[in-house]
Amino acid sequence: MLNLSLKELSECLKEKKFSSVELTHFFLNRLDLHNESINAFITIDKDKSLAMAKRSDEMIKEGNQNYLTGIPIAQKDIFCAEGWKTSCGSKMLDNFIAPYDSTVINKFNAVGAVNLGKTNMDEFAMGSSNETSFYGNVKNPWDIKTVPGGSSGGSAAAVAGRLAPAATATDTGGSIRQPASLCGLTGLKPTYGLVSRYGMIAFASSLDQAGPMCHTAEDCAAMMNVMSGHDPKDSTSILREKENYLTSINDPIKGLKIGIPKEFFSDGLEPEIEKIIEQGINEYKKLGAEIVEISLPNNHLSIPVYYVIAPAEASSNLSRYDGVRYGYRTKEYDDLMEMYCKTREEGFGDEVKRRIMIGTYVLSAGYYDAYYLKAQKIRRLISEDFKKAFENCDVILGPSAPSVAFPIGDKKEDPLKMYMQDVYTISTNLAGLPGLSMPAGLMNKLPVGIQLIGNYFSEAKLLNIANIFQMNTGWHNLSPEEFK
Amino acid sequence: MKFDNDEIKKIAHLARININEKEAIKVSEKLEGILGLIDQMTQVNTDCIEPMAHALDITQPFREDKVTEGDIREKSLKLSKETDQSLFIVPRVIE
Repeated sequence: MLNLSLKELSECLKEKKFSSVELTHFFLNRLDLHNESINAFITIDKDKSLAMAKRSDEMIKEGNQNYLTGIPIAQKDIFCAEGWKTSCGSKMLDNFIAPYDSTVINKFNAVGAVNLGKTNMDEFAMGSSNETSFYGNVKNPWDIKTVPGGSSGGSAAAVAGRLAPAATATDTGGSIRQPASLCGLTGLKPTYGLVSRYGMIAFASSLDQAGPMCHTAEDCAAMMNVMSGHDPKDSTSILREKENYLTSINDPIKGLKIGIPKEFFSDGLEPEIEKIIEQGINEYKKLGAEIVEISLPNNHLSIPVYYVIAPAEASSNLSRYDGVRYGYRTKEYDDLMEMYCKTREEGFGDEVKRRIMIGTYVLSAGYYDAYYLKAQKIRRLISEDFKKAFENCDVILGPSAPSVAFPIGDKKEDPLKMYMQDVYTISTNLAGLPGLSMPAGLMNKLPVGIQLIGNYFSEAKLLNIANIFQMNTGWHNLSPEEFK
Repeated sequence: MKFDNDEIKKIAHLARININEKEAIKVSEKLEGILGLIDQMTQVNTDCIEPMAHALDITQPFREDKVTEGDIREKSLKLSKETDQSLFIVPRVIE
């Protein structure tokens, strides 16, 4: 059961080689064995998971089996799941039992997938190392002295350590692709609006997007078939026909035009990572793709723009945590103002407070034009760069992250260094484009990811291009030694 | 960009976050660093460029004003630290 793909698990369940209850037991035992060492899960509820597995077995018995029916999926603790603690990695929501299901959870429930537990994450998804979580940092199964990346670090570590066959994640500036890169996984951030944000705890609403984190592109396609789709409960959800992401997964890629942005290969990228990316490019050449050089001249501005727009939206979104209706409330206070201010002082961690304050500052009277409006204008320039680039290529290829997994504590005290982790991923969020990271090699025994960026709604194409790579290489099959 | 203690405290107050003297100094250093990064934006000429609020051109959809999930009062109130009958309780604000 340990190394089977979602497709193989599905077939085994169909052929009654094992039941969903047995499969769920198997992974719950893996959690008993390994979760303490990597801290990938915040909440595990065996009774709930097994009850879901029992229901899934009945669905299968009745001939009502979907691709993911009976398969345990790790859910990032950003998705509200009724009856489950949903903390978003924060003390502020440590006591919050979600009273309803997010649309993503609802969709997994509807097909009979099993919720294996809620995964650890950077507090309110703000971080690139999973060190800002109230529940302690997650460790990378490839080397437990290093970080798994973030913010979806728990989901990444869970799948990399084979504690779960697949996981959900979210990506505001790289939170799916960077941890996927650092943990040797395939992760997809879809086009903005393709997956519903309803019940997904908000960080920066114009950038947040959910997606899958798996071993292979094919598994990601199966997850996308469940997660995507229009949702009237999310006003930014895109109204378009639901696709089947598996249909074109094996299509030949001969003649594919791959654009290589020269700006992604400048200072800051580890030379050994560059070499691995070049090997990947050569692999695609062998597979019949044509390589063209492109330019994304404003990419270097994506971090400054992001650190205006994301904190601005966050400062507004996180104003809801006031201690009144749900979540943490401070113990002693004399008046309402003191209650608000102490609750937020005690309930939020340092990074979250920093970002709320930056957001508050850039939106405050007198500064709006210089910061927020300016950032929105440069956001347009960054987006236009992609538009131009896609006139000359079908897909863009580059690194997912500037480094491999780094030692825990290495960048924690220096936010600026940490922010550079997302230098190749943020521009896609600003433009709303889909991006995928997949394993492409090892540097010092740690995984390196290749990023593929596609045009709007080209997820099926991205998954196809990644799948063809994976059919011809073996990087996605590697696992960390102690978790085999 | 330099922040003095009063400015940091003002921002913290606008954000409704308590902050003590010692933290204010620590926070101002970090915020100055981040604003230094943000200031790279000033090098770019953005005259005549339309601001982009959203990745895709979307319009707000309308729906009928109908209750879709009613009767959630009990469920919602259960999540609060302090309630009384159907109300959330907070310190008195009107004398």
